[in-house]
Amino acid sequence: MPFYNRITSLHLDVLKEIGNIGAAHAATALSGLLNTKIDMRVPKVQMVSFDEMMEFAGGAESVVAGIYLRIEGDAKGGMFFILPVEQANHFIRKLTHDDLFDFKKENVSELGLSAMQELGNILSGSYLSALSDFTGLKIYPTPPALAVDMFGAIISFGLVEVSQIGDHVIVIDTTIYEEHMGDLETVRGHFFLLPDPDSFETIFKALGVS
Amino acid sequence: MLISDTQVVKVGIAQMAIAISPNSIRTSGLGSCVGVVIYDESKKMAGLVHVMLPESKLGRGDSINEAKFADTGIPAMVNQLKQKGAQLYKLKAKIAGGAQMFQFASNSDSMRIGPRNVEAVKQQLKSLSIPIVSEDVGGSSGRTIEFDTTTSILHIRTVNQGVKEI
Repeated sequence: MPFYNRITSLHLDVLKEIGNIGAAHAATALSGLLNTKIDMRVPKVQMVSFDEMMEFAGGAESVVAGIYLRIEGDAKGGMFFILPVEQANHFIRKLTHDDLFDFKKENVSELGLSAMQELGNILSGSYLSALSDFTGLKIYPTPPALAVDMFGAIISFGLVEVSQIGDHVIVIDTTIYEEHMGDLETVRGHFFLLPDPDSFETIFKALGVS
Repeated sequence: MLISDTQVVKVGIAQMAIAISPNSIRTSGLGSCVGVVIYDESKKMAGLVHVMLPESKLGRGDSINEAKFADTGIPAMVNQLKQKGAQLYKLKAKIAGGAQMFQFASNSDSMRIGPRNVEAVKQQLKSLSIPIVSEDVGGSSGRTIEFDTTTSILHIRTVNQGVKEI
């Protein structure tokens, strides 16, 4: 925990690079799946309060499709892939060729749900394998779980581990978007990597920064 | 648009606050967290705690944010209400939240945080002899809740089921 107080701009740069490499791989995978050009922004690494975290991705009440998984192994943490629900609909329609697919309908088709689940698997898998290659750490994901709901309700689940230690979280946020849609909050996808506080030392040591 | 003097007091995650009529009090995006409303109907006063974790002994940090835990947040709120003139024996509670947002194959303790929060909140209210008038807990949906101090009605909004009142 005291580590939080010793974090320098060099550390932040290293974390940015992690977000960069991870999301670049995931964006490439997504681009291949959807046959469309995906752009990404420079990752943001911030230490924020839980309340500030709730304001990410359009606010606590914005409806999103969220994939969550735990990272286990040498370094631990939580990882989210968050899409505004309209954008998730758009991706799944493209993947399943079902133009009527809608997460907001009562009976969401099983095919669409498993497509979203699989999309999450592939993207988070490519993010994490890039991270593992880059750091040399053995990390592996737990099977991802999907929820379509308010952003606040989804993201707060990932704060449970961190909340036992403090009231702030270091979040590595990388934004991706379809090139022709432009970079608007309503179409942005977010990767949030939330390393457990105990895991920062491990990550920095692995990269030769201490 | 109607012009009114009422305000909505907003409570963030792991925070707490008090509202007095005509104001209402609200917290957004409850998932596994539990929104605990403790109110004194006669004073038209209500406190809301956005509980994130069941017990403060889970906390490993240096300083404790009382509102974060059921076992510290609820007694702290009762104290604040008392200081504002609420009468202890009149206090009642309404609670909502504690969902399990994700369905996992494994069922480890941290995955079950929603139900554990609900249990801890109920236990804490019981030990303070505060009756739970109504509740909307569990399930797998996120909730936004708003308590009207004038009517003592708790409005609960979910993405799929619209708004209900308890």
